[in-house]
Amino acid sequence: MSTDLLEEAARLRRGLPDDVGDRIVESLYTDATRLAETSVDRDGTASRLTVDRALDRVLTHRVWGFVAMGVLFFGVFWFTIAGAAVPSDLLYTLLVENGHAWLRDGAVALGVPAVVTGLLVDGVYLATAWVIAVMLPPMAIFFPLFTLLEDFGYLPRVAFNLDRLFARAGAHGKQSLTMMMGYGCNAAGVTATRIIDSRRERLIAIITNNFSICNGRWPTLILMGTIFVGAVVPPALAGVVAAGAVIAVVILGIGVTLAVSWALSRTVLRGESSVYSLELPPYRPPRILRTLWTSIIDRTFKVLRRAVVMAAPAGAVIWLVGNVHLGDASLAGHLVTALGPIGWVMGLNGIILLAYLVAVPANEIIIPTIVMLTLTLGAPAAGATPGVMLELGDDAQIGTVLVTTGGWTLLTAVNLMIFTLLHHPCSTTVLTIWHETRSVRWTAVATLLPLALGFVVCASVAGVVRLLT
Amino acid sequence: MATPLPTPGVGRAPTESTDTGGACASCALAPEATRLARLGLDPGRYSHVVALAGNPNTGKSTVFNALTGLRQHVGNWAGKTVARAEGGFSYGGVGYRIVDLPGTYSLLSASADEDVARDVLLFGRPDVTVVVVDATRLERNLPLVLQVRQITGRVVVALNLVDEARRHGITIDVRHLARELGVPVVATAARRGEGLPDLLAAIEQVATTDDPPAPLRLVHHDPELERAVATLADQVAARFPSLPNTRWVALRLLEGDPGIEAAVRDGSLGDQAAPTVEAAG
Repeated sequence: MSTDLLEEAARLRRGLPDDVGDRIVESLYTDATRLAETSVDRDGTASRLTVDRALDRVLTHRVWGFVAMGVLFFGVFWFTIAGAAVPSDLLYTLLVENGHAWLRDGAVALGVPAVVTGLLVDGVYLATAWVIAVMLPPMAIFFPLFTLLEDFGYLPRVAFNLDRLFARAGAHGKQSLTMMMGYGCNAAGVTATRIIDSRRERLIAIITNNFSICNGRWPTLILMGTIFVGAVVPPALAGVVAAGAVIAVVILGIGVTLAVSWALSRTVLRGESSVYSLELPPYRPPRILRTLWTSIIDRTFKVLRRAVVMAAPAGAVIWLVGNVHLGDASLAGHLVTALGPIGWVMGLNGIILLAYLVAVPANEIIIPTIVMLTLTLGAPAAGATPGVMLELGDDAQIGTVLVTTGGWTLLTAVNLMIFTLLHHPCSTTVLTIWHETRSVRWTAVATLLPLALGFVVCASVAGVVRLLT
Repeated sequence: MATPLPTPGVGRAPTESTDTGGACASCALAPEATRLARLGLDPGRYSHVVALAGNPNTGKSTVFNALTGLRQHVGNWAGKTVARAEGGFSYGGVGYRIVDLPGTYSLLSASADEDVARDVLLFGRPDVTVVVVDATRLERNLPLVLQVRQITGRVVVALNLVDEARRHGITIDVRHLARELGVPVVATAARRGEGLPDLLAAIEQVATTDDPPAPLRLVHHDPELERAVATLADQVAARFPSLPNTRWVALRLLEGDPGIEAAVRDGSLGDQAAPTVEAAG
């Protein structure tokens, strides 16, 4: 009987003009306009609007907008890299060198079995300590700065600047917003694509969101930029060059996003670009203390907690695969040997690829995993006993470990930075993609496409470098 | 179809919800707001459900945080909240559950986030819908207010960002607006906690009133359309006698809104007028 109502509605609709929907909306907006006109009184010279307008003239300018964007982001990264160096060293000395030694001595004095000490102290504790020492300082600087820019109202301007590029790539302009969201967390970015109405454009936004560097990957980039890229120039320029290297990866990410969007919209996801309006919010003076507080609670500690939660079991796994022996080598040894050839082709190594297998749940623990695997696997080859971490001495900094024990070169570091950008999303993001698309096929595309791209780009870079040298 | 809203009265009994003075000893609000106890994510037992609607970037999340004491990240850009966020607070010893909806410009259901907002308002039937409005852009915000008002009379308008409006030299006749809309309008600056005590009082008043204003009847100047709406509204009323917003439903049906058509077909439209709302999973 309820279908009678629908039939009646259809009958009445036939008697009305075709644009009835538009007329209803129009009528609504007429009422709204009348009500606003009778309620609002504008007096005085709107001086702040003028300031907003002047700022927008620069920040959303065709040319200067991009210049300002570069300068602002460069400043943020430089500040992060320069500011994080000293506290990182302090935490490293405290947690990794001294803390680990004390715990180990304590365990030995208490007569704890070697397996338990190994698993808990050399595995769980050390991985956690690494994560904190490596990640806390840069995050505690980077996230508040980024949040200040966001609160100021700058991110929509970036979206506005990039909008033209996205339109040309056949993607939805709002994709620039979901991309911005991805710079915090890809899972959040994927969820944010709900603001895009058309399924075609939404899928493009979901698949390309992984090319926005997320919270978990910034530390890897910043660290690689600092200890490898920054180190090849005189110390005075190191900070600037390191920040430039990180920016270069971000720009590469935007380029890949546009290229992949373009390719998808020309092939499997063909269609028209939707029109939309982007609201530029007023610039608001950020409340600095509040922002510092919320970004440290909301982002820094959240990311750190996730990293620590993931690092603790990963530490145990790393210790186990490093100490459980099958035949003549440890489990990790076998895996690294197996992955070695692929790693070599990509200009990386077996350890890095194994670390990416261990770190599927969280990108945050990549560097600690690599360092620990390098220490457990590399050191015995160098003739030391299994209790390696203690014998490394005071200057066992990450860079030294990777170069002397791991045999890293500048190529390894640069390719790791590229692979940080171009690889499979973390398991949370993959799950979110499945949840949002409800399609195994698109989830597989979103997961494997970045990995394939990463392989191709890394292998090409490695090939070219090896040809030239 | 129906978006599950929490059912009032379910949940653990409050342990200290009447002792609101202590819970707010350190809160940043003015002393008159000491009747407020922020309950964060866990509202315990609650009597009323409040939905928070509004255009993107009007400060919904800021109002949400101010009421619940939560620190959901607030971004200065449109489209930050795409899913629902929920929290609770207690005011005057009564528990409230509050749902922060995604920001939308309309309830015409053009995208997934608008659907979320509309389903909650239409099928969840909250006790109070707070529409957060940007005072500096009233004209662009009013269409949503009018649409919500067409659905329900249990509405409070939070005229937010009045501090910014003042700086821009904009003054708004709050009393005129309240008279025209037929519901309380409260000027707030949620970032500084300004106006929140008044907002809470208005929420309490609308939540507890037995006689809320009728849904707004917008007269369409097109006589043809007006006739069709009136005819269909009568039939909707005959089919769903307890439905308060028959004219709005009639309009949607004339437009051929698929969501509403489905709700007519499976009868869930009638549920919204039922005395209690079942939480469906």
